Amino acid sequence: MYIRKSSDIKPSEITDREVYRQRRRFLGLAGASAAGIAAAAALPGLLSASRKAHAQARLAVAYQSPFNTKEALTPYKDVTTYNNFYEFGVGKSDPAELAASLKPHPWTVTIDGACARPGSYHLEDFIKPHALGDYVYRHRCVEAWSMVVPWVGFPLAEVIKRAGPTGAAKYVQFTTLLDPRMFPGQRLPVLDWPYTEGLRMDEAMHPLTLLAVGLYGEVLPNQNGAPLRLVVPWKYGFKSIKSIVRISFVERQPITTWMRAVPSRYGFYSNVNPDVDRVPWSQRYERRIGDLLKRKTLMFNGYGAQVAPLYAGMNLNTYY
Amino acid sequence: MSTRQNFVRLGLKPAVFVLCLLPLLQQVWWAYTGNLGANPIGELTNESGVWSLRLLLATLAITPLRRLTGWGWLISVRRMLGLYAFTYGVLHLAVYWGLNQYFDLSLIAGDLKRPYIITGYLSLLFMVPLAATSTDAMVRRLGRRWQKLHRLVYAVAILGVLHYLLLVKIDFLPPLGYGLALAALLGWRVWAWQIAPRLAPLGRRQQAG
Ligand code: HEM
Repeated sequence: MYIRKSSDIKPSEITDREVYRQRRRFLGLAGASAAGIAAAAALPGLLSASRKAHAQARLAVAYQSPFNTKEALTPYKDVTTYNNFYEFGVGKSDPAELAASLKPHPWTVTIDGACARPGSYHLEDFIKPHALGDYVYRHRCVEAWSMVVPWVGFPLAEVIKRAGPTGAAKYVQFTTLLDPRMFPGQRLPVLDWPYTEGLRMDEAMHPLTLLAVGLYGEVLPNQNGAPLRLVVPWKYGFKSIKSIVRISFVERQPITTWMRAVPSRYGFYSNVNPDVDRVPWSQRYERRIGDLLKRKTLMFNGYGAQVAPLYAGMNLNTYY
Repeated sequence: MSTRQNFVRLGLKPAVFVLCLLPLLQQVWWAYTGNLGANPIGELTNESGVWSLRLLLATLAITPLRRLTGWGWLISVRRMLGLYAFTYGVLHLAVYWGLNQYFDLSLIAGDLKRPYIITGYLSLLFMVPLAATSTDAMVRRLGRRWQKLHRLVYAVAILGVLHYLLLVKIDFLPPLGYGLALAALLGWRVWAWQIAPRLAPLGRRQQAG
């Protein structure tokens, strides 16, 4: 039913993931042994880099998503040090530098609103019913850069089915934890905290839509939205809300944080769209992190074959 | 040669020359060692732009500082600061044309409808006549007209701040900070040159009366 459009990807970009992993492992070993030989003080950068690369606990991954792209993965270091997570500050390196203040355990997730089985769950209990899969997705930021990230997670649809939404549930709203002790950036009025996001029910039920608990086979680092985040690969990155504590079923289209902040630029849908020009910079091209040259941005971030039917008949200039 | 001339020629000017070069050298070194982060071209773009603006504000700070401190020698580095602001602006444009748009004319032209790009170009464009007339010979040749022409620097700085304000996603604090600094520098001029002189005779009259 859902067939990936492989024509979107140039063969030259394809790198075997296992080869990549082995290379990483080798680099890690090389780093560790070099650090062992050299005085630790002489190579502090190398030492810390090799340690940081795999500091998180490994997850038991049960399957590979059929949607996985074969494009080269963005290196772990870039995925975990170049982040927009304004709860830690607006700089790209702020999240990686400040994320230690976030304590993702214990963590409670609340399901509420128009559903048959609302409730609050310890994170472990919330995740337990779901088999975890590897989901290698393109990730496109509204700032015109992109990455390829191997997420670990499960379809949001599974959670929705478990909750049993009623007929009144037309949208799903997500809320990030509000706690300025854990999120120093929430002390500044950059955005209207807590961060909220939303999806239409059919978008939320779409098999591409993911709740992620990890990346690169490991538990999510704090700066990437630990312990639980949304991943909606055909929308701009800010839709993929991080550090979720609440999932609510609602009747009306929610006002999201970015809609509230700059309504003329950011709409509810925020689908990746090279033709809609609402931010000051162009969306026609993007820089894949690690590449020198920019590449053309694809409609729906290259997931058009899977998601275009969701928007059939809608004017995407109006519903941006 | 007087000690003051020695201080300026052998101490102050070389020191400022090297200081202004440091941000560039740092970027080049980081580029060479791969330390510009995940988005090196974005980093080069932003750093060159922000240093152009900082040096512009530094240039505009010389006159008020000189008046307030009485340090006349400050004037001897103003031209260098201004030329460095221009240099970083040119580098910024080069990074934008070369590494962001790959010298693709259709891309470069396509961006011309964007307010932040227009203000950027205007800011740098207005710096060109200032840089071109910065030599001693030009100062002498233009006389009073030189001063008039160089008031363009106010427009350059305002456009630079506007450019920054127009390009940010949500974090308006940094451009507003630069805007505030610029407002203070321009406000001081309005005060010192327009308002204070008019108040001064008033004060004298009151003292006399
Ligand atoms: C010559 C025409 C110019 C063009 C085409 C241009 C273009 C750009 C571009 C594309 C960016 C990056 C925007 C982004 O991150 O999305 C930028 C940033 C910036 N530019 Fe320019 N610019 C120009 C002139 C100037 C001048 C003359 C100044 C200083 C007076 C300046 C100051 C800045 C600053 C401060 C930033 C933001 C840095 C940051 O976000 O940290 N630009 N410019």
